[in-house]
Amino acid sequence: MSSLITVDDLTNEEILSILDDAERMLPIARGETHLPILAGKVLANLFFEPSTRTRMSFETAMKRLGGAVLNLGDVANSSVVKGETLYDTMQMMDGYADIAVIRHPRQGAARYSSNAVNIPVINAGDGAGHHPTQTLLDLFTIRTCHGTLEGLNVALVGDLRYGRTVHSLSEALARFGCSLTFISPSSLTMPEEIVTDLRSSGTSITETEDLHGSIEQLDVIYMTRIQKERFPDEDEYQKVAGVFKLNQSDLVSAKKNMIIMHPLPRVDEISPDVDSTVHAKYFEQAFYGVVARMSLLCRLLGVEVPEVVSE
Amino acid sequence: MSEEGMRRVTAIQNGTVIDHVPAGSALKVLGMLGLLDSRSTPISLVMNVPSKKLDRKDVMKVEDRELTQEELDRLAIIAPNASVAIIRDYRVAEKREVVLGSELTNLARCSFSNCITTNPREPLPHRILVHSTNPLELRCAYCGKSQSVDDIVNHLI
Repeated sequence: MSSLITVDDLTNEEILSILDDAERMLPIARGETHLPILAGKVLANLFFEPSTRTRMSFETAMKRLGGAVLNLGDVANSSVVKGETLYDTMQMMDGYADIAVIRHPRQGAARYSSNAVNIPVINAGDGAGHHPTQTLLDLFTIRTCHGTLEGLNVALVGDLRYGRTVHSLSEALARFGCSLTFISPSSLTMPEEIVTDLRSSGTSITETEDLHGSIEQLDVIYMTRIQKERFPDEDEYQKVAGVFKLNQSDLVSAKKNMIIMHPLPRVDEISPDVDSTVHAKYFEQAFYGVVARMSLLCRLLGVEVPEVVSE
Repeated sequence: MSEEGMRRVTAIQNGTVIDHVPAGSALKVLGMLGLLDSRSTPISLVMNVPSKKLDRKDVMKVEDRELTQEELDRLAIIAPNASVAIIRDYRVAEKREVVLGSELTNLARCSFSNCITTNPREPLPHRILVHSTNPLELRCAYCGKSQSVDDIVNHLI
């Protein structure tokens, strides 16, 4: 693996190894241990779209390991507004940094960038395409809570059409033998290419518009926001906004160890009264973004994580 | 070419004969070869003629031009069973087959409106991957969106 653009760039063994390394790095992410193994390395953070968690967790991950971070900053103040191509921007990064993280509104931008440069490129979201580093932290969360990634019943809920996190996650979960339930409005179903690939790999898939019918059978409910910014017009958005809401009272029949996840930010799809339940894992999940990305950065920069990480 | 096909079109002195093209696809094939807008290359077409192999087929003769293997391979997504003869001085000088590779480079743009390659100033090649051959499935190498044969024909470079 020289770049991470989709989860297809990783084998199952590589995924598990990244999660193992990430687990050992938890004390570093909490600031309890200092391990500057990326000292002297420079990360270019290229966010052509807004981001809070992904951008900051990459920055934190790099800095906790002693590395430095370049930020593209506000696109409005960059050469992009002067008409610079992505290719040219990436040529600069090839000279300035050891590794680049890119988020871009255009689908395929990350693969394109990785074809344009020699340094490793990490896809932090390309339009409605993929978001594989979110998948790594999602898998880390699931494995931490359930002790395994194998054979779980997972429901992915909300905007499955434009939601890049669920595109990457469904592909990864299928490879670990999970059964998937896709719950979305009919206008926001999972893209045909992904469903075709999952079915041809023998994955059990159920597609429905009913959130509440199968809660008692699920090990994971992965909620997503209906993304207003991906809709061509306001009317189309209003037709589906707020159709899926999870309240504490909906969880009475859930398994005790069922977990609720969300890539955040949420709008109103998870009621605040769920936050205090044992099922709510979304804030923990966001924290795990730091260790997952630390581990990935080391892997792509060819730096081994020590077997024992201690003070 | 079958005798039936031969009778319907005049023999050419030099050029390329493409036989066993699925019936009704001849114009798409010419589009793929960039010949639809050509005003200098004489082209003869027969369409929907009976064929033992395909039931019905199209045949085309392109005069004074020997198509390269790379050009011919572009046809594979429309006419995977096409047989090609290079003609020199009224004789078949070479027989060729079209071969569907794993990637089609700079043949067509991705049809997806939000693909990074829709910016005409981006300089990297347009790449369509052959995701599967049976059934044929083509996808943009960058954004991963499926491309139908009609998408390809409508977005030829």
